[in-house]
Amino acid sequence: MWTIYKKEIRSFLGSFIAYVVMGVFLVLTGLFLWFVEGNSVFDLGVASLQVMFDIAPYILIFLVSAITMRSIADERKLGTLEIITTKPVTDTAIILAKFFASITLIMFTLLPTLFYYYAIYQLATPVGNVDTGSAMGSYFGLILLASCYTGIGLFSSSITDNQIVSLLVSMVLSFFFFAVLSMLGDITWLDSIGRSLSWFGLEFHYNSISRGVIDTRDAVYFIGFTAVFLGLTKLVFESRKW
Amino acid sequence: MSIQVENLSKVYGKQTAVNSINFNIPTGEIVGFLGPNGAGKSTTMKMLTGFIPPSSGGGSICGIDIVEESLEVRKIVGYLPENNPLYLDMYVKEYLAFIGGLSGVKDINKSVEHVLNITRLIPERHKKIGQLSKGYRQRVGLAQALIHNPKVLILDEPTSGLDPIQVVEMRNVITDLGKDKTVLLSTHIMQEVEAMCDRVIIINHGNIVADDRLENLKQKNDSGLENIFRELVTINTTI
Repeated sequence: MWTIYKKEIRSFLGSFIAYVVMGVFLVLTGLFLWFVEGNSVFDLGVASLQVMFDIAPYILIFLVSAITMRSIADERKLGTLEIITTKPVTDTAIILAKFFASITLIMFTLLPTLFYYYAIYQLATPVGNVDTGSAMGSYFGLILLASCYTGIGLFSSSITDNQIVSLLVSMVLSFFFFAVLSMLGDITWLDSIGRSLSWFGLEFHYNSISRGVIDTRDAVYFIGFTAVFLGLTKLVFESRKW
Repeated sequence: MSIQVENLSKVYGKQTAVNSINFNIPTGEIVGFLGPNGAGKSTTMKMLTGFIPPSSGGGSICGIDIVEESLEVRKIVGYLPENNPLYLDMYVKEYLAFIGGLSGVKDINKSVEHVLNITRLIPERHKKIGQLSKGYRQRVGLAQALIHNPKVLILDEPTSGLDPIQVVEMRNVITDLGKDKTVLLSTHIMQEVEAMCDRVIIINHGNIVADDRLENLKQKNDSGLENIFRELVTINTTI
């Protein structure tokens, strides 16, 4: 498993797409946080990273889908799936290795945003007057969210041998589970059904964690969500055996 | 027995790809698995290497069950799949080290050096696989199958698409390997079998139509192996 993990990270960092995707993420979050008029920290006058944490889940959809689109689709297309699945490793180990490699890359991309936190910390009056609990909760939430997106991404990558199809399916599914389900909660005529459905959405739990309170129910939800999609990935992965 | 196959079958929907075949290969033999395209050669090899499970029947490699103990089987089998899939953006040495790691090789550097030597890839070791010619890529494919020093080699069309000189080189390498390993190789070229194999198994439409030593086949019919093959395959088709 460790061998595949290392290979995944190395091959991703060796590709041009890695830097484009990571760059896009940092530029976009930076733009929204510091420069977009009416929305930026300076306009709001509040020393908080909330703007970034509001926009990051949407940009992450793109980031994670782009990171995971190759992982299984490309192996299928090249035929190398037959090489790795006939070595003494289980299918579960292959999928988990790819999952952890993606998560590592996403955390790596999030790392530079800590500079934003440092800047906000210094800008606040008095210095350090920042809601650190909420920021840490949000970072934790983002990582859990990214793990759900990675589950969706790997699943999308397993159902096709075309990277673009994988990218699109992953983005649509992620958007559905993050935003669409939570929008249902706002539709008045759906009433309690809508609110129940929104509970199944990722946004509901992300917002809850972002407040800085890590509720085990939310953590269980995120981990369960990821596990379901990794399970589905394994199911598709093993469909060759049917 | 190195490879034992009993009533091995694979059915896709209504189509029977492999129809209850049986054969045994003793240790140290080089066996040619011969048949026209779509005869079931690759499917059989995929089942032996654990890529797909059989629909019914089974088999064992060095006494280890191919279905129940697939992971154990993979440790002692080297497999070169059809069309030789490779990661084109990896370097030769890097790729072999990766496969070595996957196969559970202890001293990876030493094993990589060893297979680079056997397949005569030393001058190419620092190149990207994508930059190599087809002949060299095929050697990389063979090298990855050899990295964990397997007892049994299963090679799916190891010489397809190579030029005549490369074919001869590849044959020499395989013949050398056959001295201390059991080799099952598939091909649809009769000369290939004549050049390398001790024994031939001919398969057509998922059925074994001949399984004999080369000299016996030649004795039965003196019209040449090419004609024997054609006869066996056409008889079976007309049935």
